[in-house]
Amino acid sequence: MALRRDWVYENNGGTCVAIAGADYCVVAADMRLSVGYSILTRDHSKICELADKCVLASSGFQGDIKALHKNLAARHLIYQHQHNKQMSCPAMAQLLSNTLYYKRFFPYYAFNVLGGLDNEGKGCVFTYDAVGSYERVGYSAQGTGATLIMPVLDNQLKSPSPLLLPARDAVTPLSESEAVDLVKDVFASATERDIYTGDKLEIVVINAAATRREYIELRKD
Amino acid sequence: MADSMFSSSASAKDSASSEIGSERTLYPYVTGTSVLGMKYKDGVIMAADMGGSYGSTLRYKSVERIKPIGKHSLLGASGEISDFQEILRYLDELILYDNMWDDGNSLGPKEVHNYLTRVMYNRRNKFNPLWNSLVLGGIKNGQKYLGTVNMIGTHYEDSHVATGFGNHLARPILRAEWREDLTFEEAVKLLEKCLLVLLYRDRSAINKFQIAKITEEGATIFPPYALKTFWGFAAFQNPTKGAEGSW
Repeated sequence: MALRRDWVYENNGGTCVAIAGADYCVVAADMRLSVGYSILTRDHSKICELADKCVLASSGFQGDIKALHKNLAARHLIYQHQHNKQMSCPAMAQLLSNTLYYKRFFPYYAFNVLGGLDNEGKGCVFTYDAVGSYERVGYSAQGTGATLIMPVLDNQLKSPSPLLLPARDAVTPLSESEAVDLVKDVFASATERDIYTGDKLEIVVINAAATRREYIELRKD
Repeated sequence: MADSMFSSSASAKDSASSEIGSERTLYPYVTGTSVLGMKYKDGVIMAADMGGSYGSTLRYKSVERIKPIGKHSLLGASGEISDFQEILRYLDELILYDNMWDDGNSLGPKEVHNYLTRVMYNRRNKFNPLWNSLVLGGIKNGQKYLGTVNMIGTHYEDSHVATGFGNHLARPILRAEWREDLTFEEAVKLLEKCLLVLLYRDRSAINKFQIAKITEEGATIFPPYALKTFWGFAAFQNPTKGAEGSW
C-alpha cells in the first residue's frame, strides 16, 4: 500500500497582492482563515514585517506559513546582530528562496509575495512558488484569488516586457494612493467569486518615510 | 555499478517498510468530540461532553476533557484521548520546570498555547502526529486569551472557538449571539444552547457535560451535569415527511 501523506497539509486559503511603485510598495492580504467550506476565523493576519523596508505576505497552509515567518524572523535577528543593520529586500528575497528550496522534498505549502524598497529606495516585489523559484516583478498576486486578480493587474498596470533591452524598471506608473485604491478594488472583486478570500483586508504601505498599516472590511459570506 | 544501484534501491525499500512497521498514530482509537470555548466578561469559559468513543462505540462516559494548566490556563481537547493525556504530561513537566526557577514568573495562556502549537507542528513534521484538536483559554494580568491548534499545527486566536462538529454547528450560533461583556450566567446559557444542538446532531456527543471557567481568581471545573432534552420536534417524529418515498 502506498503511504498516504496528504494529511500533513491543509489549504487554509487566502490571497496576497503586492504592487511596487517608484518610491513605495503596497503589500496586501485578506484576513480569512478557512479549511474546506468552513471559516476558522475572520481576523487572521497573513502579513509579516520582516525588516524595516521588507514585508512578506503568504497564503497556503497556516502551520507552514507561521513556521516560515518565524524562521525568517529568527534569521533576520541573527543578521542584525552580525551586521548591525536591517536586511535589504533583495537579500531577504534570496534568503526566502533558499529557505523554501531547503525543504524541496518536504515543502512549505506557502505561496509568498515579498514587497519592500530596494537599496535605491525603489519599490520592489518578489514572487515565489512553494519550492523557492522566484522573480523580481512590478506587481504580483498569489494564493486562492490570484487567478482572479492577476489578469486585472496585468490589464491595469501593463508592465514593460522583461524581454526588452535595455532592461526597464518594472515599477508601476501609479501614485501611492492610486495603487492602494486598486488593491482595494481587486480584493473586493476577488471576494465576490473566491470563497477563500474575504472578511477583512490588511494593507501595508511602505515608503521612505515609514510603514503604514490599513484595514478595510470585505464581504463576510 | 549496477550492484550499487540495486543495493541503494534495496535500502530505500527497507526504510520504507520499516516506516510501516514503526509505531505511530495512523488513526485514532478512543476519541472525544467537540470542545467549545469563548471569552466572557471575567475570563474564558469552556465546555465539552465526557464521552470517549471507540469508533462508533461509546466506550467511556466519564472522560475529563478539560483540564487546568498552570495558574492561568484551561486546556480542552477533542480527538485521541491517550494523546491528550500525553500532552498533559508534557505540560505538567513544562509547568514544573518553570516553577523550579522560583522567580515569581509563571507561564500564561499565550505561552502555553505557543508551546502547544510548536509541539503539534513538530510532531506532524515527524509524520507522527498527536491526533487532537486543542482549545487553550486563559487570563493573565487582565489579558484574556483564547486559541486553538489542530493535529498538523494550524493555529489561531479568536473570541470564540470550537473544534470538530462545533465549528459547523456551534460557531454560527456564537457568531450571532456572542458579546465581549457576557456575564457568567449568560455565557453558560449560550454554551448550553450550543451543546444542545451538538447533542441533537452529533451522534458521538453524549448528555453529560462539564463546563469550566478561568478568571483572574483561577480555574474552576464544574461537576458533570445533563441538559434537559426534547425529542418531540416534528422533524424528529417523522423525518421522512418532507420527502415521502425516498426511503
